Amino acid sequence: MSATATEPGSATVARPPAVRPSRWPAWLTNPWGRPRFLALTTWVYIAWALLPVLAAILFSFNDGRSRSVWQGFSTRWWWGDPDLSVFHNPTYTDALTHSLELAALAMLIATPLGFLLAIGLSRWRGRGSGSANFLMLVPLTTPELAMAVSLLLVFTQLSVLPFTAIHLGTTAQVIGQVTFSISYVVVIVRSRLAQIGPEYEEAARDLGASTRQSLQHVLLPMLLPAVLASALIVFALSIDDFVVTQYMSSSGETTTVPMLLYANARGGATTPALNAVATIMVVVTLIGVGGAYLVLRWFGRHSGEQQKQSGAMADLTGIE
Amino acid sequence: MAERGLWRGLAIPGVVWLLLFVVVPAYAVVAVAFGKIDTLLQPVPVWNPLDWNVGFVKEAFSGVIPGGTYWSATRNTLLYVGTTVALCFAIGYPVAYYVARLSGRTKGLLLLLIFLPFWVSYLMRMLAWIGLLAPNGYVNEVLGFLGIGHTDWLDGNPFSVIAALTYGYIPYFILPVYAGLDRIDMRLIEAARDLGASRIRTFLRVTLPLSWPSILAGTVLIVLPMFGDYYTNDLISGSPNTNMLGNSVNLLVQGGSQKNLGAAMVLVLMTILAIGMLYYLWETNRQARRARA
Repeated sequence: MSATATEPGSATVARPPAVRPSRWPAWLTNPWGRPRFLALTTWVYIAWALLPVLAAILFSFNDGRSRSVWQGFSTRWWWGDPDLSVFHNPTYTDALTHSLELAALAMLIATPLGFLLAIGLSRWRGRGSGSANFLMLVPLTTPELAMAVSLLLVFTQLSVLPFTAIHLGTTAQVIGQVTFSISYVVVIVRSRLAQIGPEYEEAARDLGASTRQSLQHVLLPMLLPAVLASALIVFALSIDDFVVTQYMSSSGETTTVPMLLYANARGGATTPALNAVATIMVVVTLIGVGGAYLVLRWFGRHSGEQQKQSGAMADLTGIE
Repeated sequence: MAERGLWRGLAIPGVVWLLLFVVVPAYAVVAVAFGKIDTLLQPVPVWNPLDWNVGFVKEAFSGVIPGGTYWSATRNTLLYVGTTVALCFAIGYPVAYYVARLSGRTKGLLLLLIFLPFWVSYLMRMLAWIGLLAPNGYVNEVLGFLGIGHTDWLDGNPFSVIAALTYGYIPYFILPVYAGLDRIDMRLIEAARDLGASRIRTFLRVTLPLSWPSILAGTVLIVLPMFGDYYTNDLISGSPNTNMLGNSVNLLVQGGSQKNLGAAMVLVLMTILAIGMLYYLWETNRQARRARA
């Protein structure tokens, strides 16, 4: 008998009977195999999400005037050109200064307001607390355009104090930014409050501290990282904000970097210095958010809590 | 009790701020929408509901239905937002799923990378695409190289607008979906597989229903701002052909002397969104009831 490979008997013995022959290759059907399709989708998504931004940053170093064709590397749009570069052209420096000024003011006002509101809302039970909780959520669930239009109308149409005292420009811009930032501060501080739990305060009270003392000496230090993180987040939100800031602006002096981008991104005469100013804005935002993330993580680790890997990042984005 | 006073006292500054700059302005929109117009074409708000003039609100509501002045904006909004949500789901769900299933260093790195676009300014991300989609930009160059030809991407092209909206809003969709998928108890999926469900059946009967609330949350998170979006269109298209409702509102309020009608359009926008939000609340309620049962 010739031992050919097509011998029927040996083939049936060699193959386990339960497995159905599949039209698909094994690496595709194996449930314990690597999820190649998902991995590919994810990496392609990440490339699609980030590479255009990197290209825009790269174009700020373009040697020519074009923002879409690469003409060689230079730093002329950053500092080389004495009139048109980002650090010499007053249009860009003024917008950068104004953006930073607004961000600092919004941060200084929204953080304490939101912090107190978060503590108050988490303990205040009784008449009005439900409505206050609802009110806090309104800015998060309204399109920014609706908020901007409503603020514009109230500042220009309502002849009652305090609205008559508020004019479009820096004051109105800060008020608008603070209004939508408060909710973010509340969300971040409350999620930290929920993590801490009532035990520490109860212990302080058992040991004889008054409500005020336990608040001041126990809760406040524990909440400090969340307060710092939310301050940095407000800073980043303010720097990136466009709609409310544009509606509340009055003249060229109250132009911010996002407003410059909106006005000039399509213009043919605009130089790569616009990309440079946008790059500065992105870097400043990322420093703020990165700082907030590190603060939350560092304190999370040192207070001995088992935080999930995404905990701090989720806190920053307001997702429970 | 003094303690209750303390908590309320802490909340009061924030509450007063929100009353002044959220509630009063919201009523100002209503008062201008139901208001009058003076001889200089300036809006005159009417604060007393008994004296309201319904003309502008009527005009706005009859404008957004088929045959009205703003119907094309309504149609574009529904079409673009619907397509964008579908694309965000098709691209974002696999990404969120993959990252949620990972662990260790790779997960940390991927999380960082998918969180990154969230904090790159929206306008910067649009600026990036304007450079790439320009007539002499690299997208056209690649298409020309492939022999597909040259397209005017930035001149009233609805596909560019939809692509830009998807690019702009997808990070806001991925994050809640990721958080939802990450919370799913793996034992439930293992149990379904142990009980003989196929991989596809497990996904359809266990994973997808469990992540449904977070898909809805992600959808709400991107639909709300898209209804007020005028800048994406202005930057990527610049043509009235692709106008959305946000553009109509922006043109009426900031562009011209029709603030009354603009305010009435804001009311229309909020009505459409309120219908959507009511569905969302009803659906999440139903989910919660089912989870308890």
